[in-house]
Amino acid sequence: MLEIKNLHARIAEDGTEILRGIDLKVNAGEIHAIMGPNGSGKSTLSYILAGKEDYEVTEGEIIFHGENLLDMEADERAVAGVFLAFQYPIEIPGVATMEFLKTALNAQRKAKGKAELSIPDFMKLVKEKAGDLNVTMDMLKRPLNVGFSGGEKKRAEILQMSLLEPSLCVLDETDSGLDIDALRIVSEGVNKLRSPERAMVVITHYQRLLDHIIPDVVHVLSKGKIVKTGGKELALELEKNGYADFIEAA
Amino acid sequence: MPAVQETIDQVKAIDVDQYKYGFVSDIDSEKGAKGLSEETVRFISAKKQEPEWMTEWRLDALRRFQTMEEPNWARVDYPKIDFDALYYWASPKSVEGPKSLDEVDPELLATYEKLGIPLREQEILAGVEPKNRVAVDAVFDSVSVVTTFKEELKKAGVIFCSISEAIREHPELVKKYLGSVVPVTDNYYATLNSAVFSDGSFVYIPEGVRCPMELSTYFRINEMNTGQFERTLIIAEKGSYVSYLEGCTAPQRDENQLHAAVVELVALDDAEIKYSTVQNWFPGDSEGKGGIYNFVTKRGDCRGKNSKISWTQVETGSAITWKYPSCILRGDNSVGEFYSIAVSNGYQQIDSGTKMIHLGKNTSSRIISKGISAGKSSNTYRGLVSAHRKASNARNFTQCDSLLIGQDCGAHTVPYIESKNASAVFEHEATTSKISDDQMFYCLQRGLDEEGAVALIVNGFVKDVIQQLPMEFAVEAQKLISISLEGSVG
Repeated sequence: MLEIKNLHARIAEDGTEILRGIDLKVNAGEIHAIMGPNGSGKSTLSYILAGKEDYEVTEGEIIFHGENLLDMEADERAVAGVFLAFQYPIEIPGVATMEFLKTALNAQRKAKGKAELSIPDFMKLVKEKAGDLNVTMDMLKRPLNVGFSGGEKKRAEILQMSLLEPSLCVLDETDSGLDIDALRIVSEGVNKLRSPERAMVVITHYQRLLDHIIPDVVHVLSKGKIVKTGGKELALELEKNGYADFIEAA
Repeated sequence: MPAVQETIDQVKAIDVDQYKYGFVSDIDSEKGAKGLSEETVRFISAKKQEPEWMTEWRLDALRRFQTMEEPNWARVDYPKIDFDALYYWASPKSVEGPKSLDEVDPELLATYEKLGIPLREQEILAGVEPKNRVAVDAVFDSVSVVTTFKEELKKAGVIFCSISEAIREHPELVKKYLGSVVPVTDNYYATLNSAVFSDGSFVYIPEGVRCPMELSTYFRINEMNTGQFERTLIIAEKGSYVSYLEGCTAPQRDENQLHAAVVELVALDDAEIKYSTVQNWFPGDSEGKGGIYNFVTKRGDCRGKNSKISWTQVETGSAITWKYPSCILRGDNSVGEFYSIAVSNGYQQIDSGTKMIHLGKNTSSRIISKGISAGKSSNTYRGLVSAHRKASNARNFTQCDSLLIGQDCGAHTVPYIESKNASAVFEHEATTSKISDDQMFYCLQRGLDEEGAVALIVNGFVKDVIQQLPMEFAVEAQKLISISLEGSVG
């Protein structure tokens, strides 16, 4: 489904090189975890997948469902099935969460040539998905992410993900800012979305998220390169020994 | 939110900088009174079959105008207006004062249909009242073409007609109130208006009456080189209520056109007036050519105790807007409100705001202003909140938010606060923000395109004010704002 080949990228503004030749292949139905120390390029990778303009790809390519992802605008990628759950979800003042969900869902449906959902159908759908994530009606009426707690923000991200039904979910440090209970709710939400047609790339510092969302493959990213790939036991090893060995290796 | 989706559809359907209402109606028109002179004033007065006292009132204003200097304190820039090159009167030939709809030129009716203004009164079928009924006074260039639902309003005792008709039919009311809120010599453009005003609406709500439907006036400038001088007077007697809305559009022309209006509101004891404006005059093209000069004096007098006047405005049009809908809080416990959305794009210049003059005891006012600037436009909020010596316990809350889109526009906030009473409490909050790249990216990542993302973020920004508009117009206003900002990103 997703194939990243020899990806090099730098920050557009000052030319700082961040990614130095990433190769990654993710098949439908798989969950890949990407771990690594601060500054290794994990978040940059997620932004480049989603199409953020602050980065410049200098070499390599990204093939998604057989198409060149780098040729597409951010909104086209979203419609094609790429979803990024943000580490720091952005506040949109004055726009009720419900309103945002509906606008986003209908924008995608329209881009795919489908009719907009009627209000009753939409409400039914949201209520069903929101219930699973402990998202209350009150929260849906509040402006998106404005004054949300850390847990509320992440739950709102996963709610969007479950409504938009992307084929590739990129979760950027979804565990940051979550207490144990919130982590469980969010992980359950994510696990519910596991399916043979869907792939996930889970970016995290810590093993603890991977206790809940069990990956098929774990990669270690250091200084802009994948330096080790293994099964889920690799995450446990990292937890015990830290990243120091790999930083040396890179 | 269907409004946003509709907006996106509409925006997509339109090419770059297409003003939707820019068409010209081919109507046989009579133009007269070129140049500003006593002759012109007499011509207008005669056309409108005015009594002698009105003619004299106008001539007095003209004499005063001739001694005045054009003010230059606003943050707007335009070439000097040649008042002698303007026509002060233009009227569709078929119209000799408003009459029944069947006699109105079909081309005129077609114009209003194209503008989406209902001039046909909806029938009341089998006792079922259709929802959202709105009475309309349609002013085309210098004359009122038709006023709907007059008979039905009359049953409730409400007078809703053109100001010309009111001068003829209700001189005692006009004499008593005209110029009592905005004096003849109030300011340069108000004085000019007093001399040459053409048409506008007159509303009288008798004591204790809640006006049974929304009233609205729709202004259209069609003729070239013609100034439109609207004059509107609304009187709410004790314990009455009225909600009134005005809308305005004009054709797309290369030269600038002048609209200099005066609106006066009077609210007596326990009365409430809600006045909403959706101003969509032609803003000029993408190069800044053409567009309406909108120089307007709007003022409400909360003359009675416990009275309330609320202004809501959505300003998207005009090349230059110079407008400060104000409230004089004379009656004890009276309340003044001002809710404003001012959108500027292209080369538009807006200098707008309000004045809240606290005179009575326990008066309160609230100002919420949302300015959105894009393109190369300039958008200034200018406001005055003052408390008179005797205005004990005066309260004001002001919030001015500015949103910038792009790099070449400007937003300015110029608040004046004067308090001569120690018990007054005035609060002022102001913010300036930009649509951040992060917000845009977030919306795009969810599948919205750029225009959809801007529309959504802007609609969120103006929500507090949109909520103040009558329901029927809120959706319309949202769409208008998005269309005005079309092409402002990317």
